[in-house]
Amino acid sequence: MDIQEIKRPENLIYQKPKSLLDTPMHYCPGCSHGVVHKLIAELVDEMGIQEKIIGVAPVGCAVFAYNYVDIDWQQAAHGRAPAVATAIKRLMPDRYVFTYQGDGDLAAIGTAETIHAANRGENITIIFINNGIYGMTGGQMAPTTLKGMITSTSPHGRQVDINGYPLNITPLLALLDGTCYVTRQAVHTVAAVRKAKKALQKGFENSMLGKGTSVIEIVSTCNSGWKMTPDASNKWMVENMFPVYPLGDLKDNG
Amino acid sequence: MENKEEIRLMKGNEAIAEAAIRCGCDGYFGYPITPQSEIMETLMDIEPWKTTGMVVMQAESEVAAINMVYGGAGCGKRVMTSSSSPGISLKQEGISYIAAAELPCVIVNVMRGGPGLGTIQPSQADYFQSVKGGGHGDYRLICLAPASVQEMADLMGMAFDLAFKYRNPALIIADGVIGQMMEKVVLPPQKPRFTEEEIIKLCPWATVGKPETRNRNQNVITSLCMDPVEMEKINEHLQEKYRSIEENEVRFEETNCEDADYVIVAFGSVARISHKAMEMARKHGIKVGLLRPITLFPFPKKEIERLAKRVKGFLTVEMSAGQMVEDVRLAVNGKVPVEFYGRLGGMVPSPDEVVEALTSKFVK
Amino acid sequence: MTEEIIIAGFGGQGVLSMGKILAYSGLMQGQEVSWLPAYGPEQRGGTANVTVILSDEKISSPVLRMYDTAIVLNQPSLDKFESKVKPGGTLIFDSNGFTRFPQRKDINIYQIDATEYAAANNAQKTMNMIILGGMLKIRPIVKIENVLKGLEKSLPERHHHLIPLNEKAIKEGGELIKKLN
Repeated sequence: MDIQEIKRPENLIYQKPKSLLDTPMHYCPGCSHGVVHKLIAELVDEMGIQEKIIGVAPVGCAVFAYNYVDIDWQQAAHGRAPAVATAIKRLMPDRYVFTYQGDGDLAAIGTAETIHAANRGENITIIFINNGIYGMTGGQMAPTTLKGMITSTSPHGRQVDINGYPLNITPLLALLDGTCYVTRQAVHTVAAVRKAKKALQKGFENSMLGKGTSVIEIVSTCNSGWKMTPDASNKWMVENMFPVYPLGDLKDNG
Repeated sequence: MENKEEIRLMKGNEAIAEAAIRCGCDGYFGYPITPQSEIMETLMDIEPWKTTGMVVMQAESEVAAINMVYGGAGCGKRVMTSSSSPGISLKQEGISYIAAAELPCVIVNVMRGGPGLGTIQPSQADYFQSVKGGGHGDYRLICLAPASVQEMADLMGMAFDLAFKYRNPALIIADGVIGQMMEKVVLPPQKPRFTEEEIIKLCPWATVGKPETRNRNQNVITSLCMDPVEMEKINEHLQEKYRSIEENEVRFEETNCEDADYVIVAFGSVARISHKAMEMARKHGIKVGLLRPITLFPFPKKEIERLAKRVKGFLTVEMSAGQMVEDVRLAVNGKVPVEFYGRLGGMVPSPDEVVEALTSKFVK
Repeated sequence: MTEEIIIAGFGGQGVLSMGKILAYSGLMQGQEVSWLPAYGPEQRGGTANVTVILSDEKISSPVLRMYDTAIVLNQPSLDKFESKVKPGGTLIFDSNGFTRFPQRKDINIYQIDATEYAAANNAQKTMNMIILGGMLKIRPIVKIENVLKGLEKSLPERHHHLIPLNEKAIKEGGELIKKLN
């Protein structure tokens, strides 16, 4: 059997989602972003919503999300994605509108936009990648950096008396009347990936039901920033991130 | 909703709101600040979402408001925001992004005295910020300066038209006098908002969702380009656009310049004050003309250059320490003296003061 | 004809709305009008003033230094604007709370004690219309019928039943005003 025979359509058992572009990803090997991007692309295909979905990309590693997922995108200024998404959804209420934000974007510079969009109950989906570090700028401290965690701007470990506490923003968003679904997921195992995809689907669906804001936090790894192998990163995340940011639904209004 | 022209007595701020609805605006996003809060108050009172479908939102901050404008403009919608000086400073990051992503929108600045929190009284000290950039990077805004309540209404429609023609943000810079004063105004008839089909046709770049038929690539609204070679090309394209705006969109009003020995250059409410000063000076036999730029970018430099060949001098009058006067001097290029008279920090010059300035600096 | 007017007093005395009604009246008789408040955070108790111009021609400057007519309703406003009346012009004041009266000889000075009258006749809400009536008696720059039309245009419909009361106040003002010099 030669290669051409193997490649015949009837032998196909897996293919990448149609909505995932061929551009090679700039993400580091082992990074969670690639997995979440693929889940979004799968959902766009499965839900048949390519012409009805608009993504808002952040500033941070995912700034180039538009190079990988084949939908219309707007790239927002740092932290402002929820404001940008608010206007898109208000002006085109029959579209699926989501933001894709990192921890610096969502929980530091964009805290006000995040909280107010969620508090207004904007019918958008907020996807929040929390890896406890600033990846793109080279591993600086994030609001969600753990106590004692070493980053380039906390080289002796995050000290509470200097840097304050890790900002646990997702439970805070769950408290707001405007949110309908707040959940915390991860993509480090096959089972976790499946659960995360279900959560993302639910978030997209909610945005069409007029129930309010859905927030899907993905506790993630940044093996480059953490200076670990991908495998060690996953283990470190389970041991250190999950106790502070435990997985599961924080709020589900059904 | 009136479908025909209508004569009303209203404040400049109210005229902005009424005209916005009538020129088919899709969305307003703002944050209250004196002296322009009547714009959002009027919109909220009229509730245009019940008639034209226009969205009106009070944002959590000026920063959020300008980024909402970015989002709406990226969808090809006719969207706007308004604020006053300190709030416009807050919006500068967003304005730079909008200019870089080549999105059309309208921004209204009803200027007040600064710097800092300053005062709520009228000023024109945001001229540099308006016409030289304001935010980071090499960009320009189309900048319109109304001098009456009627022009507040008229320039609103023009600002949207120019913004879409050039895919560039347009700024209306008024001041507290024009915003707060009431005058007679003829409101334009109601124009329908663009339908989605029209937007897709007029703005093929808009992010409205990628059609499954795959007859176009994905649309991406962004200002990011990591490759400096490409980024230089983007900048050159922007500069070419600004030159084209300078070539085609200069607007100004001239009064009595034909036989004038001296020309006053002033914009906005100060042009009105200077108009009266011109009348007073002419009664004293001083041949004075008035040049009122309606567009501050593009600036009427060719006209000033033309006048400089035959007048004895220019007096620039501003509610600032002297900002537009620099552009007048560049255009005059040393041919004749260019003098300046200004009031600062929220003080408004009176016509008498302008006459005194004119006589003391030129006639003596 | 062009009439340049300043109306000044405490916030809450109806200074801005008196100017607004005057501007509307001018509009009703087809004139050019401008209404420019010295705006500020003052609501009640502070000082408020408004420049109103009615003209048969296009109005150039809405900002003025000298006025044809000044209506001053408190002492600080008299102190500020007495000197800003053009020679031969008109100054109208309500003497309530005044410790110093107008001094100029080259202008026409009128007194209208509308505050006192309004208090005695339970007409505080139309006090500013009494003053406007007084002014129109001596400076009939707009017709009363156009003032009433202006009121109809500027007042929300739910207040239209108050228009006859305002008409009465305008008449009373005409009777109350007296020349001092």
